[in-house]
Amino acid sequence: MNLPRSAKACSVEPPARPSARSADATPPAPLRPPRSSIQEPPLAKWLLIGVAGLFAAVFLLLPLVNVFAQAFSAGLAGYRAALTDRDTLAAIRLTLLVAAISVPLNVVFGVAASWAIAKFDFRGKAVLLTFIDLPFSVSPVVAGLMLILLYGANGLLGRWLEAHGLAIIFATPGMVLATMFVTFPFVARELIPIMQDQGREQEEAALTLGASGWQTFWHVSLPSVKWGLFYGVILCNARAMGEYGAVSVVSSKIAGKTDTLPLLVENLYNDVSHPAAPFAVATLLALLALATLAVKTCLEWKSRRMREQV
Amino acid sequence: MRTNSNKSNPLPGFGITLGFTVLYLSVLVLIPIVALALKALSLSWSELWQLATNARAMAAYRLSLGASFAAALLNAAFGSLLAWVLVRYRFPGRRLLDGLVDFPFALPTAVAGLTLANLFSEHGWLGRFLVPMGIQGQSTRLGVVLALTFVGLPFSVRTLQPLLENLDKAVEEAAAILGAGWLRTFVSVIAPTLLPAVLTGFGLAFARGLGEYGSIVFISGNLPFQTEIAPTLVVMRLDSGGFDYTGAVGVALVLLIFSFALLFTLNWLQGWSEKFQRP
Repeated sequence: MNLPRSAKACSVEPPARPSARSADATPPAPLRPPRSSIQEPPLAKWLLIGVAGLFAAVFLLLPLVNVFAQAFSAGLAGYRAALTDRDTLAAIRLTLLVAAISVPLNVVFGVAASWAIAKFDFRGKAVLLTFIDLPFSVSPVVAGLMLILLYGANGLLGRWLEAHGLAIIFATPGMVLATMFVTFPFVARELIPIMQDQGREQEEAALTLGASGWQTFWHVSLPSVKWGLFYGVILCNARAMGEYGAVSVVSSKIAGKTDTLPLLVENLYNDVSHPAAPFAVATLLALLALATLAVKTCLEWKSRRMREQV
Repeated sequence: MRTNSNKSNPLPGFGITLGFTVLYLSVLVLIPIVALALKALSLSWSELWQLATNARAMAAYRLSLGASFAAALLNAAFGSLLAWVLVRYRFPGRRLLDGLVDFPFALPTAVAGLTLANLFSEHGWLGRFLVPMGIQGQSTRLGVVLALTFVGLPFSVRTLQPLLENLDKAVEEAAAILGAGWLRTFVSVIAPTLLPAVLTGFGLAFARGLGEYGSIVFISGNLPFQTEIAPTLVVMRLDSGGFDYTGAVGVALVLLIFSFALLFTLNWLQGWSEKFQRP
């Protein structure tokens, strides 16, 4: 074997080394392998960066830039016309309404679920966590179908709902439920690990000092998870406004009435006379995605700075 | 439900928060699943079998599984490369690239499908070079793989990244001291510790691919027996089956079983890979 010199030194038995060192006037250099054997050659490094960069350019950057390029292919006037169209404004309103109902409900769920799961021990916790993860792996289309089978005209509750004049499927409540199904894990999944890390000493101290349970939650627990909560809300909101599969199954997809922004994108795409219009609407959703990423990056820098200060 | 260790736990609100959690999950998840199961049980066994395994459905499963597998494989390769490059090297634009990795996660799937379909179409920025070479992205199975690759990319990068950041430099130095070159060090020392995370990322991307619908409908053309994925078939059956919905139930049930199986596999995999991360 052709070992480097420093490697041979390593084979000397450990107890023998101190005496050898004391005999030698100059202290031995710390055991360091030659740089070349840890670091791959620069050529390999730049080749890897090049391949990764090319892949990212094709699969990440190009799709993003393309949305805006296609949106403005009909000129600024065409872009403005597509965005101020009556159907677009109606879709924006409906999207905001659906998010305004589903996101706060999911926040309440997320806080409650993470409190129970992170601060207490109970049997069946793993099962509960599996159910919280389910929307990540169940197809949104299947989620929509399940809602139809429950609330639809021929569904389990269909007749009762009809008798009471309540419309859920092909109406806004169905779209809210579908959105809630797809987005409810985000806040909980963000909060659970943070709350678990923090344990419950601080809360116990507050309670010992005479704070009420609500005061403890409001002044001790909540402030320490506020950035995680904020990020969970942002993520949940981005998903809620952008959800397509589940909502498309339970919506009647009538432009101007039951189209959210993603559904309107599809509606406009099928109408080939205005090829730039679906992209113009899509820019709104792409900007939402970019804003979400910007917030995420800011929060990560913030938390990194805070960790370095500690 | 509460176990003994809670007796010394003075924190309030366990009953109400757990109760609300269970109620919420029941309304949103459990009762809808029961509705699907009841609908499936109302059909005769042979009818359900026929709905779930007819030729068109089988073709859709094959495409869904195959395309998700191919996309997850692509992501395991290029996603791992991206994670490696982002963690180990410093180069201009690294921060931007790091932020961009989450873009497929944040972008609504309908927009992803729209822009990818356009990019790979005959007149699109990539299609105008690829189509003359015979690489057709729109209305082909390749298109399905491309869309799923886009959607699954963040999963493989983000599962591997923290592991790479926490790699013990001393282990690599030890390998080098013992005479291994950088390639040998990578293959025999670093790669084995990364494998569980790569597999987890693969599984997450695969699971995401199986259920994906929004980005596919735009690019695949949805041709039965050719480019129709299983979730699209559910929607087609829903739209064409009148208001009976039975046509959609068989395929949906199979998809739901796939999801549960994957979820349990992934939980197990994550437990396994966490063992490797413990110091």
